[in-house]
Amino acid sequence: MAKQKEDLIDWPGQTKEATIRLAKWTILWVITVAIPAFGPTLLWGENLLINSLAILLNIGVGIGMIMANIDHLKKQDEMMQKVQLEAMGFSLGVAIVGGIAFSMLDATNVIPFDAEIGGIVALIGLTYLIAVFVNIRRYK
Amino acid sequence: MKNRLKVLRAERDWTQADLAGALDVSRQTVNAIETGKYDPSLPLAFKIARLFEKQIEEIFDDKN
Repeated sequence: MAKQKEDLIDWPGQTKEATIRLAKWTILWVITVAIPAFGPTLLWGENLLINSLAILLNIGVGIGMIMANIDHLKKQDEMMQKVQLEAMGFSLGVAIVGGIAFSMLDATNVIPFDAEIGGIVALIGLTYLIAVFVNIRRYK
Repeated sequence: MKNRLKVLRAERDWTQADLAGALDVSRQTVNAIETGKYDPSLPLAFKIARLFEKQIEEIFDDKN
């Protein structure tokens, strides 16, 4: 049982560090989404090369964000990993069911607007946050 | 799953944080195991058994 203090894993500190890293990658990714979305209309016009490079940059940073997300998951202890994985599974299911339903609502003209991907992204984010919150309370 | 983790920890006068440190998990995980809200993985159950020098069945009871 005698473990040196420096050998102990600082779970809150480690999780906080990984969360900050993930937040930085996410902010960077959102910025790189804005570049090809607004760049052509505000800055360089219809330039195929710049647009392609901007999208490549977005994909590259997106891969970094995915890796940061995996690292964030690995830095949690086993119970928190379970909490996160259950929340991810739930939000993935909601995204598929909700996404297809949203698309069909658009295709059949039940809704008077286009089914934008942003709506699904928002749904995934909200579902994930709620599921993590509910799971944490469940194990408290 | 019922377990004797709280009793065994108390016998040694360890805090939840002490036990969490020895097992390389968070204090919240120790608390959830003690209250029966979370069942540990097999590797963690073995680690707990080794730490307390007992058989897994002497600590965890899956009958209830």
